[in-house]
Amino acid sequence: MEINFTHKQSAHCENGVVSNLMRFNGFEVSEPMVFGIGSGLLFSYLPFLKVNHAPVVTYRVMPGFIFNRFAKRVGVKIKREKFKNPKQAQQRLEENLKNNNPVGLQVGVYNLLYFPDEYRFHFNAHNMVVYGKKDDRYLISDPVMEEVTSLSEKELEKVRFAKGAFAPKGHMYFPTAFPKKLDLEKAIVKGIKHTCKDMTAPVPIVGVRAIKKIAKLIRKWPIKKGIKTANHYLGQIVRMQEEIGTGGGGFRYIYGAFLQEASTILNNPKLAELSVEITKIGDLWRDFAVDASRIYKNRSAKEDAYNKIASQLEDIAHQEEIFFKKLRKAI
Amino acid sequence: MKKSEVPQDSSSLESANIREMYYAVDENGEYTTELSTGWDPKKIALDNAIQDIKERTEAARQKVLKNETSPVEYYMELNKMDIGILASYVGMWAWRVKRHFKPSVFKKLSAKTYQKYADVFDITVEQLKHIEK
Repeated sequence: MEINFTHKQSAHCENGVVSNLMRFNGFEVSEPMVFGIGSGLLFSYLPFLKVNHAPVVTYRVMPGFIFNRFAKRVGVKIKREKFKNPKQAQQRLEENLKNNNPVGLQVGVYNLLYFPDEYRFHFNAHNMVVYGKKDDRYLISDPVMEEVTSLSEKELEKVRFAKGAFAPKGHMYFPTAFPKKLDLEKAIVKGIKHTCKDMTAPVPIVGVRAIKKIAKLIRKWPIKKGIKTANHYLGQIVRMQEEIGTGGGGFRYIYGAFLQEASTILNNPKLAELSVEITKIGDLWRDFAVDASRIYKNRSAKEDAYNKIASQLEDIAHQEEIFFKKLRKAI
Repeated sequence: MKKSEVPQDSSSLESANIREMYYAVDENGEYTTELSTGWDPKKIALDNAIQDIKERTEAARQKVLKNETSPVEYYMELNKMDIGILASYVGMWAWRVKRHFKPSVFKKLSAKTYQKYADVFDITVEQLKHIEK
């Protein structure tokens, strides 16, 4: 069985799955629109969590939040299911496929064999759509891939039941009910307000203040942890920022695309101007990545170099603070 | 970022025929998308992370050969895991897994426990007990 499903590549997997599932159900919503309405943009430092022996920063909200918020704001209902038993998970998947219903799955990346070895870490918040089964292989639309692909029963079970942080537990989801017409205007305003609130939150590990916090830590790391560890930490920050799925510049460019589209829908020229501004801020994040990579490339660097990129980050924090205050006023 | 500036550096993505999507602005200031083969600053970060895992794995291997740790630690590193991830795969408490790093404890594990580890690492029990020199 094969469902007539159009695969369209996206930068980020969760946006992509939502956008593709919406299109299947007759609603054309772009990836940036899903991301913006779902308030996907964030900066957060998670001091209590370590991945690959380095602290974690994230440029986006928790897995699943984008779809939940998007659905709530445009009036779409989602059904989500998790499973203890892999056999049952497979059975429910097949029932849906038989009913001509493509479903989103949360999966682990480590056993996704079509990714290059270097990219296969124990990261459990990847998303894909299954849209059929042919010759005992599941037909897979992975939004970050140019083309569709397929996985055997065993391969799919392995990624659906990956273990570790955010273990997917067979997590399967799909939209079940839709409004007659999507009311994007209100949803956009809600989405923007939420992101502005998050980014200017008076909490040291979220938003602008978290960026400042990381800048401070970068100054300290080479002295407190040594050059090797400092570089390892720095590399992880850049990887999180530019990992597949960010669309570049830690999601800032996707957000720029969203603001541009929102400007037309809301007929608000200010949002178009702000789109240009966030694009420039995205460029600053890119510059930060370039300069950081110069440090960890050589594996030895002067303390001065760390101070320099820390200042760059402080500048970004400052600009984002102004940006999100302006954005809040613009709507 | 302008569309023409989207980096096209070589990376391991090419071997898997993957190009990643960027959002960028065209000549008219309109947002559009462009595919990229890779970007050096990111590639270096990724290479370093892989190198770091290789060094950890090799260090663990040497420790096993010197009988300072058990093969469980070596295979854990080889599979890019940490104790938390491994514990959740074998379905045991982290402290128990950590205890199995002790060669004296590892030697006395039950056949069932050996099999659990071997299954998770996708190797035979024989390979689990005796790592290659």
